[in-house]
Amino acid sequence: MPKITWVLDGGREISANVAVGHNLMEAAVANNVPDVIGECGGCLSCATCHVYVDPAWAAKTGKPGEMEDDMLEITTAERREMSRLSCQIIATEELDGLILHVPHI
Amino acid sequence: MAAPIILLGAGQASASCAAKLRALGYDGKLTIVGEEPAAPYQRPPLSKKYVSGELAVERLFIRPLSWYGEQQIDLRLESHAVALDPAAHLLTLADGSKLPYSKLLLATGSTPRSLPSEIGGRLGNVFTIRNLADADAIAPALKPGAKLLVIGGGYIGLEAAAVAAQKGLTVTVIEMAERILQRVAAAPTSDFFRALHQSHGVTIRESTGLAELLGADNRLTGARLKDGTIIPADLAIVGIGIIPNDALARDAGLAVEGGILVDGQCRTSDPDIFAAGDCAVFAWRGARTRLESVQNAIDQGEHAAACLLGAAPDYDPKPWFWSDQYDVKLQIAGLNRGYDSTVLRPGKRPLSQSIWYFQGDKLIAIDAMNDALAYALGKKALEAGRSPDRAALADPASDLKTVLA
Repeated sequence: MPKITWVLDGGREISANVAVGHNLMEAAVANNVPDVIGECGGCLSCATCHVYVDPAWAAKTGKPGEMEDDMLEITTAERREMSRLSCQIIATEELDGLILHVPHI
Repeated sequence: MAAPIILLGAGQASASCAAKLRALGYDGKLTIVGEEPAAPYQRPPLSKKYVSGELAVERLFIRPLSWYGEQQIDLRLESHAVALDPAAHLLTLADGSKLPYSKLLLATGSTPRSLPSEIGGRLGNVFTIRNLADADAIAPALKPGAKLLVIGGGYIGLEAAAVAAQKGLTVTVIEMAERILQRVAAAPTSDFFRALHQSHGVTIRESTGLAELLGADNRLTGARLKDGTIIPADLAIVGIGIIPNDALARDAGLAVEGGILVDGQCRTSDPDIFAAGDCAVFAWRGARTRLESVQNAIDQGEHAAACLLGAAPDYDPKPWFWSDQYDVKLQIAGLNRGYDSTVLRPGKRPLSQSIWYFQGDKLIAIDAMNDALAYALGKKALEAGRSPDRAALADPASDLKTVLA
């Protein structure tokens, strides 16, 4: 199971091993990561699971899909180059060690 | 020691309220009382990916079970509240136990309207979809080749129809009104979904009333329509609306009118009793409002948490909603109540368009089909109180960002 680390605004870190195939919004909620809400349950309708992928990991997580790209228009925190909706990032062994920065909302 | 805050109902509103209470620093006793055996879970997937078998039950839970212990929340499941005594601050459960509370949140949700038993509403294989048990009962009946009759062309019925059609069932949807989605959407949205379902082989019959469900040996065999037609069916899904669960509040003498009446502070007519979610009705933009959505359950549940701990600004919902049917995602922002005109904007992808609802010149809501940008930008404009020029909006060549600026 890949280990994922969420770095909160302010520097606190939360790490967890996430089952392959689960998305990183549900993983964040299950591990009580603050500011990742996931209101719509991961169906691309709310943009409340917004994270910034650590630049070192950008190649492995890839770019947002078309609908995700549109939904990133309504994130509460500012959209940046590394912005993703974490419900659209699926845990794989390749992502072991992934670091996600969580904006405070 | 102060009595606990009790959240009655173990759905999304209570789960959100509990998390918010702890986040706001409430460290006193906190109890969630719910009737179902399961800890709070997401309901929207029940009629979509859960009933279709694409989503495992573990992934429905809003929080892992361990979270309740970590947060020192006393989660009492399979507990049915039978009486509420506001003067004594006591909630009585079916097993006779009496739970004292300091403050109480009624997040009792709603119950699907069912068909009367005189017209076959209690026959076997006649289902409604509200909770896990409902979806678990339906799933095994969704066998390829079986005949499904959906009664009611609202979102839940259409979602179930889509799942069933994709599984190879023969599906008929009957709708009493002139068009499917009539209560919730404008004609272009109805037209879009009618055509979508028809393209997947679903029969949509509008202006069609049900006379009775027919059965043999207590099992559904079909339905007789008001025009005399008989439709054979192996199972039926009834999606004809929901009724707020307000009986406990009414019996306790609280003000109830089409739901539990609350003010902007989620407060009922009793100062220590609050309500949120499907069961609560509140004044919003000049009209009594009850929102049946997960957005409202979450936001009003969180709002109630702030109110339980002290004053907060009045609840001002930003409604949004979605539905998944086949490969179409419908996203709705705002509330179209009282619209007097609509503008259709074609989208850039196949099966993509958006319907913009106006009241006079004021934009009040959007239905976006496979057009997340229209939804996202429209939602932003709604929240900022901006209304676009209609002619520019209707022009597919216009840049939406500029139109909505």
